[in-house]
Amino acid sequence: MMKTISIIAFIFILLSVSTVYSTSEMFKDYIYQPVILKPIDSKPKLKVGDKAPDFTLPSISGEKVSLKQYIGKKNIVISFVPAAWTPVCSEQWPGYNLVKDIFDKYDAILLGITVDNIPTLYAWTRPMGDIWFPVLSDFWPHGKVAKKYGVLRSNGVSERALFIIDKKGIIRYIDIHDINKRPVLEELVKELEKLKN
Amino acid sequence: MKRICLFYIVVVTCFLFLDFPVFAEGKPPEEGSTLPLIRLPIPTSNEEKGYLDLKGEGTFTISQIKADVVIIEIFSMYCPYCQKEAPIVNELYNIIEQNPELRDKIKIIGIGAGNTSFEVDVFRKKYQISFPLFPDVDFSIHKICGEVNTPYFIGVKINRDQIAQVIYSKLGTIQDPAQFLNLILKNSGLKRED
Repeated sequence: MMKTISIIAFIFILLSVSTVYSTSEMFKDYIYQPVILKPIDSKPKLKVGDKAPDFTLPSISGEKVSLKQYIGKKNIVISFVPAAWTPVCSEQWPGYNLVKDIFDKYDAILLGITVDNIPTLYAWTRPMGDIWFPVLSDFWPHGKVAKKYGVLRSNGVSERALFIIDKKGIIRYIDIHDINKRPVLEELVKELEKLKN
Repeated sequence: MKRICLFYIVVVTCFLFLDFPVFAEGKPPEEGSTLPLIRLPIPTSNEEKGYLDLKGEGTFTISQIKADVVIIEIFSMYCPYCQKEAPIVNELYNIIEQNPELRDKIKIIGIGAGNTSFEVDVFRKKYQISFPLFPDVDFSIHKICGEVNTPYFIGVKINRDQIAQVIYSKLGTIQDPAQFLNLILKNSGLKRED
């Protein structure tokens, strides 16, 4: 028994060390060097089928954005990312920025949320080019929306999480992802496809 | 035995809950060195097979591409710099393909670090990329190449003994495609210095 535990522990160490990232040179040396974190550090509060909690947050464009303004009009994808200036987050949104046509195909809007403040988010997203989706700050009261959605970690950043909310405001998909890894795009597309059914 | 187990558990706990840097495996390929072995799947499309002059199924190595020089771009669909670079690399591809003296001698491939086939395909379609792109889902090739930032360009000369010798290895934009091509021609010996 102890031998098995010992082997599992050793394999786990090897797997942990092998986690790697690729970082876009666009951010040069401004990205905080990667660390391996506890994959998930929050307790879920919501489940598929629940009504999505409403919120209003400031965006980097200066406007306030509410969830309810899209209800009845668009499917909504919320992408919580843990923090600006970190490697995985710094590539996840540029990827989404490239595929507006996919979101359009499913009549979906993307809302990007972090717990960073507006000036930080503004500076961080500049190298990403023109971003077609609202980038929202859940800075103050700190992480209030992340907490409402059950994705606020114990150190004050959010999980890397995706929520799909249909036009009726019902949560149709939740992916509270390993914070160290980027969710693959096709999973999101597959879930958006289900909204058509 | 109990002590060993306790040691592992303590170490695992430390790895899980303490922040520590990820150590890079290896270094980027250096100019003059031999390219580490990169094994890729033979493309399924006839166009890409034809471009690389490969036949059948299975895998191939860079030195099996029938060309004098292969330019490898390590990119990611998620990398904004790579997105910006895509039209420039397309221009390089077009310059090479439109030159009858070069089109059979120089080939370009892209390797999507951490990208799935779907993600590589999104990138290909978005930028109408004609040269072959390969997914590297588990970062295994990215690791072999020293966990470089993206985009990263590696130029290799395929010698007669089938050894792929690195003639260019640099992070960031190739800037001017014509000038970059000249540099590749010079470094590979395909063009003599005046």
